Amino acid sequence: MRLITHNMLKSNIKGVESGYPLGIEVVKMEEQELEFNPDFIRNMLAKLEWDAFRAAATALEAGGELPEEVTEEMKGDEEVLRRVHHALMEVHLVEGELVCPETGRKFPVRQGVPNMLLHEDEI
Amino acid sequence: MKLKHLESHLQSVTTYSELGAEKVNIELEQYSTSAHLAARMVYTAEFEFGDIEDRSVLDLGCGTGMLGIAAGILGAGAVVGLDVDSGALSAAAENAESMEIGMDFVCCDVARNPCIPERFDTVLMNPPFGTRRAGIDVVFLERALEAAPTVYSMHKTSTRKHLLKKAEEWGVDITVLAQLRFDIPATYKFHKRRSMDVEVDLIRLQKRLS
Repeated sequence: MRLITHNMLKSNIKGVESGYPLGIEVVKMEEQELEFNPDFIRNMLAKLEWDAFRAAATALEAGGELPEEVTEEMKGDEEVLRRVHHALMEVHLVEGELVCPETGRKFPVRQGVPNMLLHEDEI
Repeated sequence: MKLKHLESHLQSVTTYSELGAEKVNIELEQYSTSAHLAARMVYTAEFEFGDIEDRSVLDLGCGTGMLGIAAGILGAGAVVGLDVDSGALSAAAENAESMEIGMDFVCCDVARNPCIPERFDTVLMNPPFGTRRAGIDVVFLERALEAAPTVYSMHKTSTRKHLLKKAEEWGVDITVLAQLRFDIPATYKFHKRRSMDVEVDLIRLQKRLS
């Protein structure tokens, strides 16, 4: 699971208000090179929950130099766009947990696939 | 890329009928989208509407990954496949890897507890038609519209009137792009015939700008 996907996931346990963003506990991560697509990254800048992305990148130690906020200048700065691309698209959480920010419930990530299924009493 | 080339690429995606009857769950109405239908849907989405290239795409109820992989081939910026069945997701992950499509997968029960907020550009899906669980087709459409402003889906042509009414209730634009034959290969043990044709509508839903 890449951070772009993490940015789109929330905990939906009964009673939880936003369930977002999910915390990350890393057991194993890996990097896979992907072709840089600046247009796509620019499009995503408008949609990403930036703070959640930065926090996740920090948890995976992939985002030390991401700007604090999205600015117009960033969209023309290829160097910055490449760093975003790397953290967003090339870093994979392979084994670990996603943690509901309100209940602490852990959702396991195994072989790169987060399991967001809930138990009967959580629905 | 031409439509027939996309379709021929997709022929190598493993489908439910190739996984074997013991791997599929009838209650989930696990019938694979054929390469032919998947190619038609995704090709139309890209070349008539520009909804695939550089977009974030969600394959909702992805099964073995056919629609998401098709989107990847046509240049989607990111593709996520979501399904309740972890076995199907393993097959989908293998398919994506062998087709060299960088796709993420999430195991989630779309019908009961969606875990996706509205963040995608485009949803592609071939949802359960609701023959085992009445109304599940409409639930999938509601979930899809929660995840993205633009949705491509397939439904039994016999439900067209009902869906047009639903779209009006929701205040979204609905277009029937094509009426096609869904050739369902024998997937389950109870299937006596080798395959069976069902008339399906390829539809596009679009939220109106508020």
